[in-house]
Amino acid sequence: MSIHVNVAGEQVEAQVGQTVAGVLMSGGRVSWRTSRSGQPRGVFCGIGVCFDCLVVVNDLRDVRACQRRVVDGDRIEFQEDDHA
Amino acid sequence: MPEGSATTVVVIGGGPAGMAATLAARRRGARVVLIEAGDDVGGQYWRHLPETRATADEHTFHHGWERFRTMRSAIVTDPEVELILNGHVWSVDRRDGRPPLVHVMIGAADGRRRQARTFDPSSLVIATGAHERTLPFPGWDLPGVFTAGAAQALAKGERVAVGTNVLVAGAGPFLLPVVSSLLKVGATVAGVVEAAGWPQITRGWGARPWRLAKASAKGVELKGYIAEMAKNRIPYTVGSAVIAAHGIDRVEEVVVARLTPDWSPIPGTEKTITVDAVCVSHGFVPRTELAITAGCALDKDTVKTDQNQRTTVPGVFTAGELTGIGGVDLALAEGEIAGAVAAGGAPPPAAVRRRKTFREFAGRLDAAHGIRPGWQTWVDDTTLVCRCEDVTAGELRDTARMTGSRGLRSLKLTTRAGLGICQGRTCGRAVEEILAAAVGPDGLLDAGRTAHRPLAVPLRLGELATTGEDAG
Repeated sequence: MSIHVNVAGEQVEAQVGQTVAGVLMSGGRVSWRTSRSGQPRGVFCGIGVCFDCLVVVNDLRDVRACQRRVVDGDRIEFQEDDHA
Repeated sequence: MPEGSATTVVVIGGGPAGMAATLAARRRGARVVLIEAGDDVGGQYWRHLPETRATADEHTFHHGWERFRTMRSAIVTDPEVELILNGHVWSVDRRDGRPPLVHVMIGAADGRRRQARTFDPSSLVIATGAHERTLPFPGWDLPGVFTAGAAQALAKGERVAVGTNVLVAGAGPFLLPVVSSLLKVGATVAGVVEAAGWPQITRGWGARPWRLAKASAKGVELKGYIAEMAKNRIPYTVGSAVIAAHGIDRVEEVVVARLTPDWSPIPGTEKTITVDAVCVSHGFVPRTELAITAGCALDKDTVKTDQNQRTTVPGVFTAGELTGIGGVDLALAEGEIAGAVAAGGAPPPAAVRRRKTFREFAGRLDAAHGIRPGWQTWVDDTTLVCRCEDVTAGELRDTARMTGSRGLRSLKLTTRAGLGICQGRTCGRAVEEILAAAVGPDGLLDAGRTAHRPLAVPLRLGELATTGEDAG
């Protein structure tokens, strides 16, 4: 079943049961977070262990994209970690 | 108020070991609470599309899929099993002479306003599995570098290919099913690069191979993968490793070099391979944090158990990868024993026999593919080691030399390695080994402490505050 989520201001079609990482990677993205020293990060472990893939979901920071299933109307934004 | 009764077996982890423990405990009449962090059981091994996206070809992604369906159905239809999905066990409270209290936050991963519950088990089975260990190399933090498990999880759980032209590298037979999954979701696999050389592999697997006959189902599974690779003309290179990844904002090429038997790269053997993704895993790390917090004694990095899967804490059992990396068959056998004994029964003899067979298999796996110390020579000082706090190998080595400290805790606090949000899960072992090499022959004073995590998952302060109100 198709739903819609907002990815960094853009409406994107998604499937019920996809994770945020699944939606982002299906859309061709490989990175979306910026690390402390400004390096790009995306999925690394894919099973919720490494926390590389963190995103902001509905204004809540530090959500693991690989663990969170999308819900219709979710707003997904990208986060930058504090630069040292 | 903690929930529980005289015969409530609490099982943490809904993978093969936890599922087997649940069913075995039920057969002996116990009530079971099974707590799983994901939104279905199956663990990493039987990770699958959620029911909302179910497809007819799901079974082609798995081994033992019918067995999984049967076990799952027995669990979800049994009114005496309370299955808690999206249940994140964030800590356990030790108590003298009995199992710890188990604190769970139930709801979406990393969400807010989740439901807090606490269980008071009569017996506790910890079956939290393992995650992969990827040795650091220059460029391993570039997007497009994944663990092999990520490629597997994204294929099985999302039907996403991590790249179009993918190299798979690291050590061990687990790399082969990853190739299979990548092919199924449409990727081209550029090759498989295995760090162990033929001498290490044949010495490990070769001794008295007839004793492996009972593990032949495993052999058939592996043969299937090898045939699939041959059919797709995928080169399999042994005694070699990915020692660097290059690219701007994502991996564009990787450098592969031949290794000595101790896994040091041989200068002059470097080859560059063009890829858009590389999946690298060198083994597994048992997820021991809850067992450690519960007070269970360890044997190196695994949880010490007796013949009945008992840990050193009364009423606490463990099964699966926590007792040593051994794969699904060992996990199922150990889970069955743990569940039966946790419910007051005797260990089922058939499960005890299977455990013996697959423990031997596990021992050979380690001998044939276990990590060798030479890997540190491909980690130059600019290589990032801690991906959360962006700490390089040079910073670790320099800090050890300049401070003269042999204390892991103080070296971590000075460098911040392992102190980020993943709590040292990704880099902990590498940090310890790099520091151990830097401090010299006397070694670290407090080796092993990167595995200590009193809070097993990050919690939001607001949720923790609410937990206090609920309990009061």
